[in-house]
Amino acid sequence: MSLTILVFAKQVPDTKNITGKAMKDDGTVNRAALPAIFNPEDLNGVELALALRERYGGKVVVATMGPPAAANILRHALYMGADESILLTDRRFAGADTLATSYTLAAAARKAGPFDLVICGRQAIDGDTAQVGPQLAEKLNIPQLIYVAEVESVEAGRLRGRCLIDGGYEIIESPLPCLLTVVAEANVPRPAGARRLMQYKRAVTRSELLARHGGRDYEDANVLAEEEASLRRRGLWIHEWTAGDLAVDPNRIGMAGSPTKVKAIQSVVLTGKGSKQVPPTDEGIAGLVHELIAEHILS
Amino acid sequence: MSKKKAGNVWVFIEQDDGRIADVSLELVCKGRELAGQLGVKTEAVLLGQRVAGLAPRLHEYGCDNVFLAEDARLEHFSPLPYAKVILGLIHQHHPNIFLFGATAVGRSLAPRVASGKLAGLTADCTDLRIDSFEDKASGQVLPNKLMQIRPAFGGNIIATIVNTWDDPQMVTVREGVMRLDEPAAGRRGEVTPVAVSLEAADLVVSLVKRFKQEKEVNLKAAQIIVAGGYGVGTKENFQLIRQLAETIGGAVAASRAAVDAGWISHDHQVGQTGVTVRPRLYIACGISGSVQHRAGMSESAKILAINEDPGAPIFSVAHYGVVGDLNVVIPKLIKAYKARV
Ligand SMILES: Cc1cc2nc3c(=O)[nH]c(=O)nc-3n(C[C@H](O)[C@H](O)[C@H](O)COP(=O)(O)OP(=O)(O)OC[C@H]3O[C@@H](n4cnc5c(N)ncnc54)[C@H](O)[C@@H]3O)c2cc1C
Ligand SMILES: Cc1cc2nc3c(=O)[nH]c(=O)nc-3n(C[C@H](O)[C@H](O)[C@H](O)COP(=O)(O)OP(=O)(O)OC[C@H]3O[C@@H](n4cnc5c(N)ncnc54)[C@H](O)[C@@H]3O)c2cc1C
Repeated sequence: MSLTILVFAKQVPDTKNITGKAMKDDGTVNRAALPAIFNPEDLNGVELALALRERYGGKVVVATMGPPAAANILRHALYMGADESILLTDRRFAGADTLATSYTLAAAARKAGPFDLVICGRQAIDGDTAQVGPQLAEKLNIPQLIYVAEVESVEAGRLRGRCLIDGGYEIIESPLPCLLTVVAEANVPRPAGARRLMQYKRAVTRSELLARHGGRDYEDANVLAEEEASLRRRGLWIHEWTAGDLAVDPNRIGMAGSPTKVKAIQSVVLTGKGSKQVPPTDEGIAGLVHELIAEHILS
Repeated sequence: MSKKKAGNVWVFIEQDDGRIADVSLELVCKGRELAGQLGVKTEAVLLGQRVAGLAPRLHEYGCDNVFLAEDARLEHFSPLPYAKVILGLIHQHHPNIFLFGATAVGRSLAPRVASGKLAGLTADCTDLRIDSFEDKASGQVLPNKLMQIRPAFGGNIIATIVNTWDDPQMVTVREGVMRLDEPAAGRRGEVTPVAVSLEAADLVVSLVKRFKQEKEVNLKAAQIIVAGGYGVGTKENFQLIRQLAETIGGAVAASRAAVDAGWISHDHQVGQTGVTVRPRLYIACGISGSVQHRAGMSESAKILAINEDPGAPIFSVAHYGVVGDLNVVIPKLIKAYKARV
């Protein structure tokens, strides 16, 4: 048996190290001001896919939708061991909510597929919704297993997984193809392989290749075609697809395809409630206890 | 001129072996408030096997009607059949607002339904309000829209999100976030049976086994909570937190750092990935006050923070602050409480 696996991964601002203005005035993310990282649980997704490929054989493709710089996480996936990668990038994809995102990802999965298994992270640390996985499964019309902590087996076209639920877990069995969303507990993502890093750091998208030649206006199609063929042969070609490459309705992608609109954004600023300082002495603490009792907070 | 009839407010009722999840009742209460403002009805969507007996309880909490889909194949939650039944109901009745608990079930079901209906879905709302919205894209002012307020970016921002497409406006809400009102005993309502039609393709996923442990504590119900963080130092020392809790009649909670250190089980964790609490008194001992922790406790009526570091962010949400070593301060608290009156 062998499994063809598609992993979706997102490049996200590192929300644990926010500096500067996180949001633009139109309510979209100001990516320029935030360090971009590989969404943590998507690393678990890639790791799970690689482990399954090691167990059953097959192929792992990693895809992301994002700005051109999102190619960086695809290179990282190649360093980890992915076979192929796809960048979905187009200004028209920008401002997508989870509905428009899952619609676009589904179109990409169809074009790149068919797949036995589609894997997402449980949740992205910026939007924080955990909605894209189940929505993508609906769009692809396949079953979903969410919060997968372990894939116990894949046999006779059925996958058996352990899924976390509130206060426990469920063992669920689903036919292939199906979609999994993976939690951090599932595994420890392998680091970039040193040899693979040396090899795949030269992997490029078409735009990056053009940039080497001074930009989009470069016209020598023969040179480009030759270079592309050579990069493809060596596995150094990152597929780059725009809206035009996917069979998508322009009204269902990006901002246009998004029913949810951000009306307002507030940064969480700590507001001191004018806390009362209590000295750590016997008298101080006794006074505090008396006050709490007097105010019926303690009985 | 014909005007589209306003849709009702719906709440998905999560039940497990005939027990309604707390979050569903909380959402019925919130739904009723929203429906009141909009002048529409509150309706429950209840799926399961032999669950008709739950309807009176839902009426007492504020549902005017319960859509009841009873079928052996709906006994345990499974996203495909549940989504199919619910999508059918939406297409038939066009609710305006649809609330789901942000539980493992809600987070699997709501996106599946939203995707099938092509509706917007806002995750993990902490507040819901009715207001008008000016859509900058179309220049239209939409009256009576649901303002969906939620944290994002790991709790660093609070966003107000509005659904601009066709109904329903769908949201998920965490357990413990909305207030549970007293039920009105004897309040009556309707029950609308729903015909369930499922195909083999909807039933391909099977539940092999289920393991669920009742929570060790019910932090949400606790009026007084004593929480320990990484500053407690060791598992043995966590006993100090338990002693204080026992003395003043409180429940024991913890930060994630203390849970990760193995000092106490995850059931006791307060915060973004734990429980949201709003007790009368929350005592945070050796907890720095990260955004993720504050997300679960900053609504407490009174907060007492004990921390060595005067710059710890926990002090900015605290009403009472003690800068000092918890190993010294907690015994003094216990002593002072025992010596009261
Ligand atoms: C402040 C704020 C609040 C938001 N609130 C909402 C909201 O309530 N509802 C809503 O519909 N949208 C919301 N959005 C938009 C949402 O963040 C985007 O739609 C985003 O593209 C996907 O959602 P997520 O980040 O929550 O991903 P999640 O659903 O949390 O991601 C789950 C998994 O899906 C995959 N995935 C997600 N995005 C991509 C991608 N671009 N490329 C490849 N794989 C991907 C990854 O495997 C990821 O681990 C919000 C955005 C912001 C900035
Ligand atoms: C996605 C995500 C979700 C998360 N969810 C949660 C969550 O649900 N809940 C949660 O709590 N965290 C959560 N966290 C983790 C959170 O970011 C913090 O790491 C965690 O809350 C820190 O716990 P702490 O305050 O106990 O530890 P620390 O930050 O290490 O703070 C310890 C404090 O103890 C003080 N101290 C030390 N010794 C003493 C002493 N002897 N006496 C008095 N004070 C002392 C120190 O000054 C310090 O302020 C989450 C993180 C992420 C990324």
